[in-house]
Amino acid sequence: MSSLKRDYILLALLGLLVLTLPSWLDDPFYLDVIGKIGIFAILALGLNLVMGYAGQISLGHAAFFGMGAYGSMVLTITAESRLQDWLSSFKYMPEFLVSRAGAFQAFTAEHMVLAALLAAVFTGFVALLVGISTLRLKGHYLAMATLGFGIILEIVFKEEFELTGGTSGSSVPPFELFGKKFSPLGNEYFYLVWAVALVLFLFAIHLVHSRIGRALRAVRDDDLAAAASGVPVMKTKVIIFTVSAVYASLAGSLYAYMQSHVSASSFGFMESVSLVVMVVVGGMGSIWGSLLGVAVLYSLPQFLTELEDMEMAVFGLVLIVVLMVSPKGLAGIIDRGCQALIRAFKGKPV
Amino acid sequence: MNRDRLIMLIAGIVLAGAFAVLALLNDKFLQLLLAGLTNGSIYALIAIGFTIIYNATDVINFAQGEFAMMGALLAVALVGPSVGLPIWLAAILAVAAVTIISGLFEMSTFHLIKTPSVINMIIITIGASILFKGVAMKLSHKQDFPMKAFSGNEPIQLGSATITPQYLWVIGVTLVAVIILHEFYSRTVTGKALRACAHNPNASLLMGISVRRMVLFTFALSGALGAIAGVVITPIYIANYLMGKYIGLKGFCAAILGGIGSIYGAVVGGLAIGVLEALFAGYLSSGYKDALAFVVLLLVLFVRPQGFLGEPEQERA
Repeated sequence: MSSLKRDYILLALLGLLVLTLPSWLDDPFYLDVIGKIGIFAILALGLNLVMGYAGQISLGHAAFFGMGAYGSMVLTITAESRLQDWLSSFKYMPEFLVSRAGAFQAFTAEHMVLAALLAAVFTGFVALLVGISTLRLKGHYLAMATLGFGIILEIVFKEEFELTGGTSGSSVPPFELFGKKFSPLGNEYFYLVWAVALVLFLFAIHLVHSRIGRALRAVRDDDLAAAASGVPVMKTKVIIFTVSAVYASLAGSLYAYMQSHVSASSFGFMESVSLVVMVVVGGMGSIWGSLLGVAVLYSLPQFLTELEDMEMAVFGLVLIVVLMVSPKGLAGIIDRGCQALIRAFKGKPV
Repeated sequence: MNRDRLIMLIAGIVLAGAFAVLALLNDKFLQLLLAGLTNGSIYALIAIGFTIIYNATDVINFAQGEFAMMGALLAVALVGPSVGLPIWLAAILAVAAVTIISGLFEMSTFHLIKTPSVINMIIITIGASILFKGVAMKLSHKQDFPMKAFSGNEPIQLGSATITPQYLWVIGVTLVAVIILHEFYSRTVTGKALRACAHNPNASLLMGISVRRMVLFTFALSGALGAIAGVVITPIYIANYLMGKYIGLKGFCAAILGGIGSIYGAVVGGLAIGVLEALFAGYLSSGYKDALAFVVLLLVLFVRPQGFLGEPEQERA
């Protein structure tokens, strides 16, 4: 069975599972957790394309997540006009720009999908610029540059409170499509999140099996050899970095509507780090590993809250232990388990 | 020393001279400069910690800021009413404890892994950082703890600027630590063995140096340096379980700015970030003060990725 076929089957099974889930798991708490898992899976998948497939590290991905969330918030909020307030807080801002921005924002507030797409395009553009300037760096320097970018944006999110609401944050109106309101906790929004997630998974599966996917792995394994074989190394890296940022931005938009509130603490350095952790614990270069890593690491703290303030320590400990036991993460453990099963079944090594 | 580094050195001396002249002429500048050097000393200590672990293992230890946090909280607890030790004893015990914790961390993780990959090691240090922070959160009940200064709060008049004695403690302790480290690395057998390991671990192993023991040693040393930084800075700021974040990240910036791998580079990077930050906060905007270190970092990475004092990396096919 080719791995592409296996991925299709797994994706179909996942779709089926998600579709039937609300009918037998009628608990808003679990649905909320699983909805969030869908959102973070998009994020981790995007980051895995950069880290696991292209072999480049990004320690600032929460910034792209935040840009998606804030972009959607700013473009769709109607209770107050953050964009106008923010623009008019600058000294020499021409008046007509401020009113244009207001009219534009009133338009996007009625077309929320457009708002999310605009946020994604803007984020992609920023990622393109960041990618062009940072991706020629390697190893620790790249980690440091992306980390610096992430922290600068984290501070911008906090400081530009006219636009973002700062540390106390800002509310987000419920998502609306064709005049239908999606309640953030309802089943419809749950389906929407997972529909987007499945489409993005499908796209990623095709991407890694395509020419670009092979180019990515070539760059990861040896960029000089890749360049010598005619792979445009820099272009490939920048493309995948941009795609990954767009994933993060879409996840951010979904997150904003689901939380109905955005604040700077959700898009900081710790978030970037925990994304990297999810990817590595799930298994780098494994699409399903990303989902697994998110599912385990996101739900773990939810169930650890009963430990009363010990959840952070336990989380750290689990992280260390998983990586000590299996350097390839959870996907590695499952791979080994499957192989052992096959061996036991067939009675001979595979 | 090649031409490139000579130019950096001369530029540094000229810049330092210009700052000194400005400080003599302008009161506010002098005040900010002293505050900047104090913070910069802390960043320098943390950056040295990063550097020595990096030299031995190629790994960036994300738990470095947490060493400072643990040192600070332990010292505060030991000075506090329930134990009531004198400050000097509490400081020594706190530093010793963090040294042991750091060593235990190395023994229970790095030491046991047979085929380490750098990214996994980095994630393990992130896990350790979360673990340390989590334990500290539980034990400190998320409270802030002040600590009294080492030798009173009687302000010292330095020309036209006023500083508290703690500033001098911070700068002085850092200076002593750097001098001791310099002597250690250049005169003792262990120090030379450490330098050999940084240069070429395999050749060191063949020369009979136990590389694994050296790695353990660098962790203990980094833990001690981090804890010292945490203990001396607490009387100026405050100790809580979150204090390690910016201390650690800016120390990290300092290490890269100076050219990762170079201890003197780490000191230069730390002081540079501290001073720039203080001047920026004093003259321009205090809200974006924390962002400045990272903006400078990005600029340096684009222009001179190997940092002020680092050697450019050679790429081989």
